Amino acid sequence: MSAADSAHHGDGHGHHEASHGSFRGYVTGFVLSVILTAIPFALVMARPIDSALWTGLVVMAFAVVQIVVHMVYFLHMNTSSEGGWTVLALIFTIVLVVITLTGSLWVMHHLNTNMMPLAPGDVLHRHP
Amino acid sequence: MFSDSLQKFLFGRFTLESIPFHEPILQVTFAGVALGGITVLAAITYFRFWGPLWRDWMTSVDHKKIGIMYVVLALVMLLRGFADALLMRSQQAVAFGANEGFLPPHHYDQIFTAHGVIMIFFMAMPFVTGLMNYVVPLQIGARDVAFPFLNNFSFWMTASGAVIVMISLFVGEFARTGWLAYPPLSGADMSPGVGVDYYIWALQIAGIGTLLSGVNLIVTIVKMRAPGMSMMKLPIFVWTSLCTNVLIVAAFPVLTAVLALLSLDRYVGTHFFTNDLGGNPMMYFNLIWIWGHPEVYILILPAFGIFSEVTSTFCGKRLFGYASMVYATVVITILSYLVWLHHFFTMGSGADVNSFFGITTMIISIPTGAKIFNWLFTMYRGRIRFDVPMLWTVGFMVTFVIGGMTGVLLAVPPADFVLHNSLFLIAHFHNVIIGGVLFGMLAGVNYWFPKAFGFRLDPFWGKMSFWFWLVGFYVAFMPLYVLGLMGVTRRAQHFDDPSLQIWFVVAACGAGLILLGILSFIVQLFVSIRNREALRDETGDPWHGRTLEWSTSSPPPDYNFAFTPVIHDLDAWSDMKKRGYSRPVSGFRSIHMPRNTGTGVILGGLSVVFGFAMIWYIWWLAALSFVAMLAVTILHTFNYDRDYHIPADTVVRSEDRRTALLAGQV
Amino acid sequence: MMHTDTAPPGTAPVFHQEEDHHPENGTLLGFWIYLMSDCLIFAVLFATYGVLGRSYAAGPSPSDLFELPLVALNTAMLLFSSITYGFAMLEMDKGNQPMTQRWLAITGLFGAAFIAIELYEFAHLIHEGAGPTRSAFLSSFFALVGTHGLHVTFGLVWLATLMVQVHQRGLIPENRRRLMCLSMFWHFLDVIWIGVFTFVYLMGVLQ
Repeated sequence: MSAADSAHHGDGHGHHEASHGSFRGYVTGFVLSVILTAIPFALVMARPIDSALWTGLVVMAFAVVQIVVHMVYFLHMNTSSEGGWTVLALIFTIVLVVITLTGSLWVMHHLNTNMMPLAPGDVLHRHP
Repeated sequence: MFSDSLQKFLFGRFTLESIPFHEPILQVTFAGVALGGITVLAAITYFRFWGPLWRDWMTSVDHKKIGIMYVVLALVMLLRGFADALLMRSQQAVAFGANEGFLPPHHYDQIFTAHGVIMIFFMAMPFVTGLMNYVVPLQIGARDVAFPFLNNFSFWMTASGAVIVMISLFVGEFARTGWLAYPPLSGADMSPGVGVDYYIWALQIAGIGTLLSGVNLIVTIVKMRAPGMSMMKLPIFVWTSLCTNVLIVAAFPVLTAVLALLSLDRYVGTHFFTNDLGGNPMMYFNLIWIWGHPEVYILILPAFGIFSEVTSTFCGKRLFGYASMVYATVVITILSYLVWLHHFFTMGSGADVNSFFGITTMIISIPTGAKIFNWLFTMYRGRIRFDVPMLWTVGFMVTFVIGGMTGVLLAVPPADFVLHNSLFLIAHFHNVIIGGVLFGMLAGVNYWFPKAFGFRLDPFWGKMSFWFWLVGFYVAFMPLYVLGLMGVTRRAQHFDDPSLQIWFVVAACGAGLILLGILSFIVQLFVSIRNREALRDETGDPWHGRTLEWSTSSPPPDYNFAFTPVIHDLDAWSDMKKRGYSRPVSGFRSIHMPRNTGTGVILGGLSVVFGFAMIWYIWWLAALSFVAMLAVTILHTFNYDRDYHIPADTVVRSEDRRTALLAGQV
Repeated sequence: MMHTDTAPPGTAPVFHQEEDHHPENGTLLGFWIYLMSDCLIFAVLFATYGVLGRSYAAGPSPSDLFELPLVALNTAMLLFSSITYGFAMLEMDKGNQPMTQRWLAITGLFGAAFIAIELYEFAHLIHEGAGPTRSAFLSSFFALVGTHGLHVTFGLVWLATLMVQVHQRGLIPENRRRLMCLSMFWHFLDVIWIGVFTFVYLMGVLQ
């Protein structure tokens, strides 16, 4: 808990409350975001990769990268702001989000497999 | 025809029939509440207390006053929740065979729901929040919390939720679904009345307050510690408060979201948790327990903190294994998110899932057990003073261990298949919540009361209260363990098997003993106020405390500390006393403080109106009050003049008074 | 037991400080923590969509409903609003009030366009009989996307309020702090939207 131990307050007057980034930073973030958005859309709309699974995985990977880009260039996340507490909070939240998402999916998937041998979607889905 | 639709428009589904005139129990209760209320209002008017009440309390942004208001709210709600408990215990003691008891099922179901909701959300939560509010800023040497207005607003949102629950007693009905309102029972088809809507809006409104107060206290602890107080020099109560508030901020949004989805099912007709069109009620169980399990630790961690403070103070020793205590708390904080499924092992997600959550549940008992040993080793070779707070602590250590062990039993999925929803479970969680949370809060009240009011609580009646509670608890809940093992399920209004009755009669006697415990507590308050001169503490440090709150006067001045303390060691006040600290008597300056505001009260009032309108489908009023809330909030942000300075001579005057008092002491 | 003392040896330890102690302002940290809690609201909605998102109840599926060009347009609106808000912050740093206000207004317009497109999409779906009451899939879709939209709407109300306040009092420290909070809020919603268009729209159409 090194972040927790570095309690520097009281000496924090006058210095910048947060770094606001620069013109260059915002433009970099924007250009990267446009690219990282355009490629997944193209992957799904034009389907250059046949396998739906691989397309899905690649699209997800792009999303993760883009979230990092936003965090760095727009939200100006770095380990030093607010004595590391923002990053600590973020990491904790990411852990909880992952637990909530994967946990719910895992639990409910097992429930459906055990209690409903046929998912309703399989039977009832409208076949065009 | 026209007047009919006009009435629908004006009053929604509210009609005069919604008021339960036909229920004698409710009428008597209403008469009692009305009489009591009128007496209180008359007294306030007679003593011309309205002005001070508004200026010094309701609009106050002082964390100490807000903390006290939270605790008062908690005590009032404790009485309401306990009245429900007495009704249930006496109903179950008599309703056997031909005797239907005095509570019909639809009323009994409301009572057990209200009991659970009130005890968790409107007794335990305000109690915990109140003590944290009062103590945390004092222990870290701060003058207030990080966002004083937000603190006041949070309190009023919590109070508004409580008001909505109380309204349900006399207007309409409360939910008949159990305290977590599981669908499909709580869905629009099975519960078309207003009960579940009361439940939803009370919790949503109070939840906003809880969440914001969580954010507030985290920032207070992170940003406002006195110079020198690094994280590993924080008093242990502050550590547990920090972890509790982290849990609040991370768990309550889940509750908000899942209740919002339930309301959509009820109000809009969506299909999240319905049986038809693809909905899945078990998803509600899954989500609400993702909130629900951390909630358990939200309640117990501050209690652990109080016990730690009390143990080290009344043993005259530094807490054994401070660092391990901190790490245990942090580990519990994280692990509490990995155990939620143990509340519904029987759902049927199979052996893989159940064993994972069974094992995590057993793992979480390890740090908790470590804490017990820390307290024991602190007591070992200490000079133990058995004052009332210490009695509660020792009572807790015995009781909580039993509760913890039955909890580990329930964590074994095959055992849980037998014990799920049985009275064994009821006994288990009352064992940890009464023996842990409630004992902790009462220890806290006895411990910090002299700080808040300048005189001690009467020890005789405190001991009476403790012993009645302790014995009453065992008499009331041990029979439920037995009944649970025999397979008796919870929430039953009537039983057929007469051989069970004796156990319920014993349990009812236990509830009677607890009643004596609560009455003794009330007597303790009255006696202490009457004898306050004899019980007065002028040192500000009646227990030979170890942390900073005991370094200032009792009650502390508005600004808490005339000078910001500088910290060199854990147990800062103990360190200061040991190294010959002398209190500064001159050089005082003006102090910068936040200004009181009525916005919180107004928003709280409007949210009650909004909740009521939503519950009764009075759409125009809901829209109006929502817009009004938005407008008041926005207007509040236009007020930039939010602080003032306490002039230096006011500070000098109050500090000189304390100097004189301390001189008279020696 | 550890015993640390910041006072040099030989001098009496200092137990209080005479000068006024002003703790660092906690608003930005507090707001960040609020955003983290908001993040968990979205986590629940994503989890609900993940679990119920294929319960079509014999109704339409994502590939029948979603129009990716429209979603791409919407995404563009939000991305533009993000960078224009960034420019507003840069102008605020320079102390240039008129330019700050101008960029804020442009941000507001992009945000409003986003909301308008989303409302059009919702209206279109409901008109086609694919409203939130049709199936669990549609319920969870409307809840997730709608909650994001509600957040953007509140962001717009907040933006308008702040523009009035900046107009009244200029770029004083309080207003700068508020603008920074809104900046975090706005970019945070952008991050959530990345999850929405990937997880809901793209993955939905892919199935």
